[in-house]
Amino acid sequence: MNQRVILNQQSFEITIARLCHQLIENHNDFTNSAIIGLQPRGILLAKRIHSELSKILGNNTLLFGNLDVTFFRDDFRRRETPLVANATKMDFIIENKNVILVDDVLYTGRTIRAGLDAMLAYGRPKKVELLVLIDRRYNRDLPIQPDYTGKSVDTISSEKVKVLWKETENKDEVILINEKN
Amino acid sequence: MNLSVKHLLGIKDLSPQDIELIFTTADNFKEVINRPIKKVPSLRDTTIANLFFENSTRTKLSFELAEKRLSADVLNFSASGSSVSKGETLIDTVNNILAMKVDMVVMRHPNPGAAILLSKHIDATIINAGDGAHEHPTQALLDAYSIRQKYGEVKGKKVVIVGDILHSRVALSNIFCLQKLGAKVMVCGPTTLIPKYINSLNVKVEHNLKKALEWCDVANMLRIQLERQDIKYFPSLREYTMLYGLDKKLLDSLSKEITVMHPGPINRGVEITSDVADSKQSVILEQVENGVAVRMAVLYLLAANIG
Repeated sequence: MNQRVILNQQSFEITIARLCHQLIENHNDFTNSAIIGLQPRGILLAKRIHSELSKILGNNTLLFGNLDVTFFRDDFRRRETPLVANATKMDFIIENKNVILVDDVLYTGRTIRAGLDAMLAYGRPKKVELLVLIDRRYNRDLPIQPDYTGKSVDTISSEKVKVLWKETENKDEVILINEKN
Repeated sequence: MNLSVKHLLGIKDLSPQDIELIFTTADNFKEVINRPIKKVPSLRDTTIANLFFENSTRTKLSFELAEKRLSADVLNFSASGSSVSKGETLIDTVNNILAMKVDMVVMRHPNPGAAILLSKHIDATIINAGDGAHEHPTQALLDAYSIRQKYGEVKGKKVVIVGDILHSRVALSNIFCLQKLGAKVMVCGPTTLIPKYINSLNVKVEHNLKKALEWCDVANMLRIQLERQDIKYFPSLREYTMLYGLDKKLLDSLSKEITVMHPGPINRGVEITSDVADSKQSVILEQVENGVAVRMAVLYLLAANIG
């Protein structure tokens, strides 16, 4: 197994800052917008984006939720063991809001598809955008593309992209792992 | 994570880890059923038959709702008005229903062991929704889940089950479930309604209700199952109520605040008075809400093992 760093600490920070500014370009002061992180790993990115945006805008009232998509996945019973669900925490309704769905890595697009379904339990959003830290190009099973991308990488299916976070792994970094060698 | 069983026939077959997995999954479903849209698509390719060979309100509705919240296709069958009265056997009836391509069977039956018998003869996932005076696993799970919700954990809690222990499947399943989770269990009732085998279950026995209530954190008040009593087990309902009925005066006289549970249906004024059933200490309606979440968890986890 070999691995290489595709985003180090410094570029990680710059990337997050850039994503925040891109969001501000489209959402201004976020009065009618909501950030929704997808469980389990997307919420760490969503939290980071949320706290950075709050700092930049000097506003702590941005809507922010965690969404678990386990029960909406299309691979139930096609896995060896069922996935254990995580908590959903949505304290608001997304009716007529501009929603920014956030996940760490976009791969086949199936999680996002499930997320789009799961989200509808909270209302009909005006518009939905997708923000990801890493876009694994040419691996999509579904016609889903991100609106905001931290970094695009070209990978093959035996490779794995892992996003590490200060909060859980003590450093901000993205690594590409090749399990074959 | 996966359940260690293919069917839910009784609590006896479950490991403490299985019960914990059901509870954490139920936490997720409890959040789901409090959403504006209370439905998830997980079981959209699953067909479930609810076979009720005995009367039921809560359990039947609760299962049906749980199935529908999971997007399963649901078939309902009641013994009254069916071909059972024409002499068809249980296995024939169920095989005919399965020929219609059903994946899971939820069954209530008046004979103890009916679910186990069925699981040996047919190829579908079976969930026991009560078999005679044997087990009622989902009721025990939702009771323990309600205790966990109230106190944070079940371990170390003292639970007394009061009433007709002899004819109660709820009592037996509750004893197994609570003990697996590390609670202490006592039963309380007239001598005639306490089964002889109780000594083999490592359960305390108390015949004085006041003493039992002073000991416990939670009191689970059972109904007198007159429909299962072929002979008289006590002189009169009035005498039973005097000795084993829980009223507000008795509840208020205790040295601490206990939690009152009841699996339903309540016979108001017999085992429990209205002011107790509707008091702040009662979690009877929470039990009903938790019932849907717990049954969704059981159906979801068992459905994952199909095929």
